[in-house]
Amino acid sequence: MQRVVVLGGGVGGTLTANLTARKLKHEISNGEARVTVVDATGAHAYQPGYMYIAMGGEHAEKLVRPERSLLDKNVELVVDTVTAIDTEAQTVTLGAGTDLVYDQLVIATGARILPEELPGFETDAHHFYSAEAAAKLRTALDAFEGGKIVIGIAGIPYKCPPAPLEVAFLVESELRDRGLRDKTEMTFLSPINRAFTIESVSDMATPIFAEKGIGLELLAGVAEIDVERKVVITDAFEEHPYDLLICVPPHRGAQVVIDSGLAPKSGWLPTDRHTLQVKTVAKPAPGQADEDITRFPNVYALGDATDLPLSKAGSTAHFEAPIVAERVAASVQGREPEGKDASYTGKVMCFFEVGDGKGTLLQFDYDNPPKPPKPNRMWHIGKVVFNKTYWRTVPRGRI
Amino acid sequence: MTDTALPPITSTIDARGSFCPGPLMELIRGMKESEVGDVVAVLTTDNGSKTDIPKWVGKAGHNLIGVFARDGYDEIVVEKVR
Repeated sequence: MQRVVVLGGGVGGTLTANLTARKLKHEISNGEARVTVVDATGAHAYQPGYMYIAMGGEHAEKLVRPERSLLDKNVELVVDTVTAIDTEAQTVTLGAGTDLVYDQLVIATGARILPEELPGFETDAHHFYSAEAAAKLRTALDAFEGGKIVIGIAGIPYKCPPAPLEVAFLVESELRDRGLRDKTEMTFLSPINRAFTIESVSDMATPIFAEKGIGLELLAGVAEIDVERKVVITDAFEEHPYDLLICVPPHRGAQVVIDSGLAPKSGWLPTDRHTLQVKTVAKPAPGQADEDITRFPNVYALGDATDLPLSKAGSTAHFEAPIVAERVAASVQGREPEGKDASYTGKVMCFFEVGDGKGTLLQFDYDNPPKPPKPNRMWHIGKVVFNKTYWRTVPRGRI
Repeated sequence: MTDTALPPITSTIDARGSFCPGPLMELIRGMKESEVGDVVAVLTTDNGSKTDIPKWVGKAGHNLIGVFARDGYDEIVVEKVR
């Protein structure tokens, strides 16, 4: 019996489990293989929808479905937390105290937000990385009657890199529609030396900030929030006063992968960029090449959980899952991985809202940076349609 | 400043192999954890770091001691001033 254990029921975990179960259909029906997903809540959330709760029109209850309803009937689901991963014993320890033995392990434990790590964040900063926080931001926007809006980022990497830019553009459009734009000063604080990490996207977005009259401050990562003075202090010690503050909270990988010694303090799992196998150490020793770092032959990571230099986004997990499923199934079947899914090319594809009912598309891989088309209505509608059809398509491997 | 005149380095951040903005972010994190007067070195293979790190150091009011080309990477040395 070959036991495939998948930790996490997000996009990456769910899709990997379903694709693996499909490839191992005969082995599962013969009792030679088993695919199990372990998820802490048993509920699958469509996180890209949270931003639309804040921007109006979306409802929290439409963004969550039972994980069981998205899984292939041949995939088992265990609803429990994972408290330890032991790669020597090949076990994961569940919150209930029991151990689950694995032959192949897939870690899709995602990213955590840690607003509490930044003093003042929970008192004064709004964000859109949970349904509750996004609803609170909506309430704050509804009550807003003009003043200073600051949009910032407290640490890289974070989930859905375009999201804070999208929020800036969408809020600006909304304020114009509500007749409040003349009464509002908007500032976007970018933690790096351009508007966005990817140069071509930055080149596309920078003129939009200018067109919309949104101040763009570079090298201005949010380091502190002075709640008394209502001032954001950047990591270069500059101050930006606000009446309404929207800030991406600090992010980290799952605590269990740090506690189990698989990831450094950041929690991002050192991952092979092509095989998606977890590396045994994060960095090569002096004189050692990255390729020389030993990879766990039977431990994989995907989605937000990895340290790969790619967007932390459902799209990344979506395109990584077929590779993990192929490699896991090949191991179980005692063959070499084959076909287009044998190796990951870094493919990511996501939509980018620019406001006024327009959007663009970011499509790239390790070797080809994105060339976003001029924003238009088609890509905005594409995003709306994708959001609505997600449940029937992505988790089930239909696109 | 020449190599021989470099002040003693308090801590070194090895960000080689990390892409933009990784080395800058690691330096910012490292500076937060350092004391005023500490000298922090960042090792980087990312070309953009040679522009972005000195710019951030200037903006933050720290002291850029130098950018030194090493064998296949750059070493950027910064003193924490505030």
